[in-house]
Amino acid sequence: MTQVRRHRRPLKDRILYGVVVLLLLAGGLIMIFPIFWLFSTSLRLAPELNVVPPHLLPDHWTLANFEKAFTKAPLLGYMWNSIVFATVSTVFILLTSTVAGYIFAKFKFPGNNALFMLVLATAIVPFEIYMVPLFLQMKTLGLIDKPLGLFLPFLVMSYGIFFMRQNTQTSVPDELLDAARIDGMGEARIMLLMVPRLLAPAMSALAILAFIQAWTAFIWPLLILNNPKSFPMELGLSQFANSFSVDFGLVSAAAVVAMAPTLIAFLFLRRRIVDGITLTGLKG
Amino acid sequence: MRSPLAAVRSVPRRTWVRYRFVALFLTPIMALYIYLRILPTAQAFLMSFYKWELIKPAEKFLGLENYANLLKDNNFRQAFFNTTVFAVVTTIISVLLAMVLAAVLARYVRGRLGGFLELLYFAPVLVPMVPVTLGWREIFNYNHGVLNAALGVFGIAKQPWLSDPTMALAAVVILSVWKQVGYNMIILLVGMRAIPIIFHEAASVDGASAWQQFRKITMPLLAPVTLFVVVITTISAYNVFTQVYVLASDVQGAPGKLVRVLVYDIFENGFRFFKMGYAASEAVYLFMIIMVLTIIQFRFLRGSQS
Repeated sequence: MTQVRRHRRPLKDRILYGVVVLLLLAGGLIMIFPIFWLFSTSLRLAPELNVVPPHLLPDHWTLANFEKAFTKAPLLGYMWNSIVFATVSTVFILLTSTVAGYIFAKFKFPGNNALFMLVLATAIVPFEIYMVPLFLQMKTLGLIDKPLGLFLPFLVMSYGIFFMRQNTQTSVPDELLDAARIDGMGEARIMLLMVPRLLAPAMSALAILAFIQAWTAFIWPLLILNNPKSFPMELGLSQFANSFSVDFGLVSAAAVVAMAPTLIAFLFLRRRIVDGITLTGLKG
Repeated sequence: MRSPLAAVRSVPRRTWVRYRFVALFLTPIMALYIYLRILPTAQAFLMSFYKWELIKPAEKFLGLENYANLLKDNNFRQAFFNTTVFAVVTTIISVLLAMVLAAVLARYVRGRLGGFLELLYFAPVLVPMVPVTLGWREIFNYNHGVLNAALGVFGIAKQPWLSDPTMALAAVVILSVWKQVGYNMIILLVGMRAIPIIFHEAASVDGASAWQQFRKITMPLLAPVTLFVVVITTISAYNVFTQVYVLASDVQGAPGKLVRVLVYDIFENGFRFFKMGYAASEAVYLFMIIMVLTIIQFRFLRGSQS
């Protein structure tokens, strides 16, 4: 069928198709060029870095920049800090959002609507608006420069609660809950054992969103942390780039290391990540 | 008229069990939520009326003085101007580009090739901001940057991308459009694919050209999604910080000073000069901008549904 149709396509359409694909490919190459360029720059040394016009690929390939980057900054330490931070944040956001979202969706109690409206109303307030008072609160608690001070604001997500409430309404049928109750399951067991199975797709989308949010967080770590030992990757890398700003090869090597986990995750989970992002994005 | 006590007694036991469950699980979460979101947001408004410093909280009630002073503050005006230009230009370019890409991908290129192209355009969305900004910093380099070399091929003179404030703003726009366009494209693509194919088939039978179909079918049906994309791009652009902080260092290497944006100005007032009340009122201005954008979105969305 498709073969027949392809033959029937007029020549003009086929040329148009070819041109469109070529243009899209050229555009796509421009899109990944900055990422490619970091790799390419990280593999060359000083004299080559100043060649005008620059060569696309290094004349002499070297890993020296990487060796140096690992000795000049605790890159693996930054990475570890990011992994811990993003994991803790994701686990808590999943837990708090699912529990609160489920309760808001399925339980009638005095104040349900008022509380949910409160969440909804604050969902549109960006972090940058309340970061100054939040910093003062952390100061009162003595959490400046402490990992807990970094983690705390990332344990709840307004949008997560909203998102899980909506998904509970669409994918957790009341009949199923009632059947479980009749079977003698307690409310806590229903919520913690049964409901997550029904909400798994939504939870995985939210997990991706939460993980990316913490992994790419910048201004809060910058405000709350002073000790480079506890810096997550993004902050650590920016400080590194500031102190070695003239050594382009070295800075690029560190940037490649910083990007690596994301690129690897993207290679393996790309469909899931893209779907997760569109799912959480569109329902906003 | 029943007494309140009788009303409480009339609630069945099973309902009480559920209330207890709700209280047990929801209370800690809401307590955390109120402490980490509601309280600081309310506090930001409160602080904005005070002279409030790091070690001298609520020093003096000023009423609207902070707000009035901000309007006369050159740094704030500069920041407001830069951020608005940045937000408007970034939004227009990234949404238009995304629209063209999505329309072409939805109509002409399907299957594996289409998926591969989507991936290329989406990649920048996922890569963290700091490393890619460093990549762009090298591309924008005055002496040996690829961009100036490429411009040279067309006989255009080298541009001071990272040292002239206007050029640096342009550089931040280029970088941000590059980062945003894939996200907008994916959302618009999902919207376009949700339009039933039968509309296009019927139009084709009636002899409508591709452009006519785009104008008369895709655009009106896609209006709510487009509006969504425009509003979230504008809002996130108004909160721009990281890429400016990394890209636009001034001559002394002070990060983010070359292109002053609102969040940077809040950051500087609050955490370098410790004028926290002043910074809070600046944050309230930013909030008002975002509020207006959100209201516009809700208004139009409601309008398009009725």
